[in-house]
Amino acid sequence: MSVETEIKQRLSDGLELIEYRLENESHMHSGDRMDTHFKLVAVSSAFEGKRLVQRHQMIYGLLSDLMQNPIHALAMHLHTPAEWQESQGFVPASPNCMGGSKADKH
Amino acid sequence: MSVVDTIKEQIENNTILLYMKGTPRFPQCGFSSRASEALVACGERFAFVNILEAPEIRAELPKYANWPTFPQLWVNGELVGGCDIICEMAESGELKELVSAAAKQQDSEEA
Repeated sequence: MSVETEIKQRLSDGLELIEYRLENESHMHSGDRMDTHFKLVAVSSAFEGKRLVQRHQMIYGLLSDLMQNPIHALAMHLHTPAEWQESQGFVPASPNCMGGSKADKH
Repeated sequence: MSVVDTIKEQIENNTILLYMKGTPRFPQCGFSSRASEALVACGERFAFVNILEAPEIRAELPKYANWPTFPQLWVNGELVGGCDIICEMAESGELKELVSAAAKQQDSEEA
């Protein structure tokens, strides 16, 4: 199973997703592997009443064994349905790589 | 001292603390760069740890924090979040509020 499929399956099993977008941004980064950097947009009422740090931890919890290897970075934009409507679907761009992991084993 | 004790001590002794790749002047990752820029823009003094030069902290902190990646911003002994959260909070003005309040509290404790 590809990393993308695996992420999608786990998140849709774990959360009731109203909106789901996963972008592979691995090409923006150093290294040969093409499944290391992702950007996730997820909208779910499961995020209601949760602080941002807790929402991210929910996602990290569902993906824990994939983090570090193969996933090196996961940008997340997690919203409740009301926030999503208010933001009108705006998602900031991820930063470009600065080569920090070139000397890295990961 | 164990690595976890070192981490606890760092978090306890530094009201505003950023764990990052590289330094604010020479960040070595786009996410760390954005996070430190947002923090610098708040105009308060903050501590940082370059985890590329601290492999033990880099290995242990994700488990301790229940947060697998860097950067990580800690304020008043609590994990605030990584790059996305820091930038979202910077955008909304919440970051400056949080950081200024923490710095003010620290000053009054030191005085």
